[in-house]
Amino acid sequence: MNALRRWAIALGVLALGRKQRRPRFADRPRIVPPGAPDPRAEWLVLGLLLGAAAAAAGFVVVYSFNHLSHQTQYLGLSLGLAFAFTAAALVVVAKRLVVTEELEEDYPVPGHPTTQEELEQLVAEGGDRFTRKRLLLTGAGAAAGALGAALVVPALSLGPFFDTDALYETPWRRGRRLVDEHGKPFLLDELERETFYTAYPEGADKEEVGSPLVVVRFEPSELHLPAGRRDWAPGGVVAYSKICTHAGCAVALFRKPTFRPVEPGPALICPCHYSTFDPTRGAKVIFGPAGRPLPQLPLLLDRENGELLAAGNFSGPVGPSWWGVRSKAPRNPS
Amino acid sequence: MIRGLVRFLDERSGTAPFVKKALRYVFPDHWSFLLGEVALYTFVILVGTGIYLTFFFEPSTASTYYAGHYAPLRGHEMSVAYRSAVDLSFKVRAGLLMRQTHHWAADVFVASIVLHMLRVFFTGAFRKPRDLTYYLGLTMLVFALLEGYLGYSLVDDLLSGMGLAIGYSVLMSVPFVGANLALLVWGAPFPGKAEFWSRMYVAHVFLLPILIATLLALHLFLVAARHHTQFRESRRTTEKKVVGVPTFPGYAPRSLGLFFSVAAVLFLLGGLVQINPIWLWGPYHVAQGTNGAQPDWYLGWLIGALRLVPNFDVTIGDYTLVPNAFWGGALFPLLVFMLLYLVPWLDRRATGEYGFRNLLDRPRDAPWRTALGAALFAWVFVIFLAGASDRVFVSFGISYVAQLWIYRVLVFVLPLAALIVTRRFCLALQESERLGQIRKQAEAEARGELPQTEQL
Repeated sequence: MNALRRWAIALGVLALGRKQRRPRFADRPRIVPPGAPDPRAEWLVLGLLLGAAAAAAGFVVVYSFNHLSHQTQYLGLSLGLAFAFTAAALVVVAKRLVVTEELEEDYPVPGHPTTQEELEQLVAEGGDRFTRKRLLLTGAGAAAGALGAALVVPALSLGPFFDTDALYETPWRRGRRLVDEHGKPFLLDELERETFYTAYPEGADKEEVGSPLVVVRFEPSELHLPAGRRDWAPGGVVAYSKICTHAGCAVALFRKPTFRPVEPGPALICPCHYSTFDPTRGAKVIFGPAGRPLPQLPLLLDRENGELLAAGNFSGPVGPSWWGVRSKAPRNPS
Repeated sequence: MIRGLVRFLDERSGTAPFVKKALRYVFPDHWSFLLGEVALYTFVILVGTGIYLTFFFEPSTASTYYAGHYAPLRGHEMSVAYRSAVDLSFKVRAGLLMRQTHHWAADVFVASIVLHMLRVFFTGAFRKPRDLTYYLGLTMLVFALLEGYLGYSLVDDLLSGMGLAIGYSVLMSVPFVGANLALLVWGAPFPGKAEFWSRMYVAHVFLLPILIATLLALHLFLVAARHHTQFRESRRTTEKKVVGVPTFPGYAPRSLGLFFSVAAVLFLLGGLVQINPIWLWGPYHVAQGTNGAQPDWYLGWLIGALRLVPNFDVTIGDYTLVPNAFWGGALFPLLVFMLLYLVPWLDRRATGEYGFRNLLDRPRDAPWRTALGAALFAWVFVIFLAGASDRVFVSFGISYVAQLWIYRVLVFVLPLAALIVTRRFCLALQESERLGQIRKQAEAEARGELPQTEQL
C-alpha cells in the first residue's frame, strides 16, 4: 500500500511537475527572443496529442478486425483524425507556444561578377593548348551526334516504327462467320429490326481493333447505302466496325427513334466524344468530331442455314485516323 | 542530448553552420505561398500510398476469370491487372483506403500545382531570377498530368481502356509520324502488345516519380538559393530585404501542421468519400464503352477540346494530313503549354523589364498581364466545362447539341470578355486606391497634421 502510494506520487510528479531549468546560455545574448509561458496552450497541445494517440490506436484496433463492415470508412476516419489532431497540436504550438519572430534578411546578391569572369578565364586558359579549335569542335560534334544516335536507336525496338502495315490488318475475309461473344452464329431470322448487336469474327481474337462489329437490321427500303454497296446488306442487315474513327472508343450507343415523324433518325453514337453516324447511309458522320464514316463490312447470307457471313474486308481501315488511313485498303494478316 | 547529436553530426559532416543558416531561413508569410507546399506534401503522400499499392498490384494483361467475393464480377473474363486492383480493394485490409487516398491525392496534387502556378503567374513571381524555377514547375505539371493518366490507365477497368484508346488515337493523329509513334509506344496496333503494360507500369512507378522528385529537388533548391518573393506589405519589405518568420522555431511547426492537415484531408477523403469504384466500371474490352464516361478532372479540358472540334479530317488526295483528334487532343494542350512556357519571355518583351524582381505585383498592378492571364484561363476553363456537357444534359436536360454550339461560340467570346472586364477591373481598383490615398491625405491636412509624403 505504501509502495503503491509512493509510485503514484512519483508518477504524478513526473507527469505534472515542471522542471526548473538552469539557464545554460545565460552568459550569451539570446538568439530567439524570449516569450511568456502559456500553460493553458500546453494543456491544449497535450489534449490534442492524446487525441491523436487515441485515434491512431483506434486505427490499429480497426485494422486488427477481420471483415468488419465499413472497415475502410473506419480506417480512414481514425487515421485522418490522428493526422488532424497532430496538425491541430502543431498549429497551437506555432501560434501560442513558440515565438513568432519577424526577421529581416538580405536577398542574395544577384551574381558574382568577378567569379563569373574567373570561370570564363579558367575555361579559356584550360583550352589554351588547342590550336585547331573549330576543327576539333566539329569532330566532337560528330562524335556526340553519332553517339547520341547510337544510344537512341535501340528505342526503335519498342515497336515497328517504320512498318505501319499492321494498322491495315483485320481478321475479316470472305466467308468468315459473324458470331456473338459466346461464339453463336448470327441468323438473319433471329435479328430484330432496329436493334443493336455486337458481332465478332468466328475464331479470331475479340480484343483486336479490327474484330468487333455493330450489326443492325433495317427494312431494306430504309437503307440508302453509298453507290456500289447495294448488295452489302442482305435482308437489310448492315455491319460496321464498332471502333470509332475519331478516338478509338467502342461505338456503344444506338439511337432508336420511337416515333419516326418527329424524331431524328436512327444513329450509332460513340460515348467518348459523341461522334454520331447514320447507319442507314453507310455510317456517314452526322454530328460530333469524327472525320470519316465507320468502315462498313459487306455481308453475305448463307442461303442454306440463314447465317450471316462476311463478304470481304471493310470498306476502309478500322480504328482512329492516321496519315495513311485513306491510302490503302484493309487486308488480312499474311 | 541535443548537444551530443549536434556534435556527432557536425564532426562527421561539418554542416553545423549550414544547418544554423537553414534554421534561420526567412519565410515571408501569405496564404497563397502555401499552395506549392500543399503540392509538395501531397507528393509525399502519393509516394507513400503508391509504394504500398505496388506490393499488391500485378501489371499484367494476361487473361483470367474472376472468382472472388464480389458477386457481380464473378465468372467475368478480365486482365490480371484489373483483378489484382479489385482484389487489393476488397481482399487486402486497408487496401481500398490506400487506393482511394492515392487517387484523391493525385487529383489534389494536380489541383495544387495548377493553383500554385496561377498564383505565380498573377503575382509576377516568374520573373528573373525565378524564371528557371517557373520552367521547372511547369515541367513538373506536364509530368504530373502524364503520371495521373498512366495511374488510372494501369487499372485496366472500362474507363482506363477508353482513356487509353483516346490517348492512342491522339498520338496516332499527329501529322506525318503519328502512326509510327503510336506503334512505337504500344508495340502493335491498339490495344498493343502485352509489354505495353510493363512500359506503363515502369513509367508510372519509377521513371515519372523519379523525374518529378528530381525536378522538385531542383525547384526547391532554386527557391532557397534566390529566396522567396514577398508582397510589398510594409516599408521594411523591399527588393533588397526579405521579411518573415524563420524556419525554427516559428515556421517549422506551421509547415508540419500543414503537412499533417494535408494528410488528414486526404486520408479522410480516401476513407469516407468513394472515388473511382473500379468494380462498378467492370473490365475493359475493346468492343465495350459506357455512356457518361468522364476522366479525372485534370484531363477534362482535353475531352472538352476533343468534343468541340467539328467533323473534318484535313486531307490531300489520299494522304490524311491532320486527323481530327489532333486539334483538340494534341494541338490545344501544346498551344496552352507553349504559351505558359513563353510567359517569362513575353513578360520581359512587353514590359521591357530585365532587372531582378523580388517584390511581387498584386494582380491589379499589372493590368495587361492579369487580363491576358484571365483570358487564357477563361479559354481553357470554358473548354473544360464543355467536357462536362454530357453530364449537364443528363442532370439538367439541356440539349447536348445546343450546348455544344453555345460552347463553340463561347470559346471565342469568353476570353475576349474576360480580357476586357479584368483589365477594367484592375484599373478601377488602382483608381479607387489612388482616390483613397488622396482623401486620406486631404483629411490629414484638414486636421492640421503633417502632409503624408511617403507612400507604401
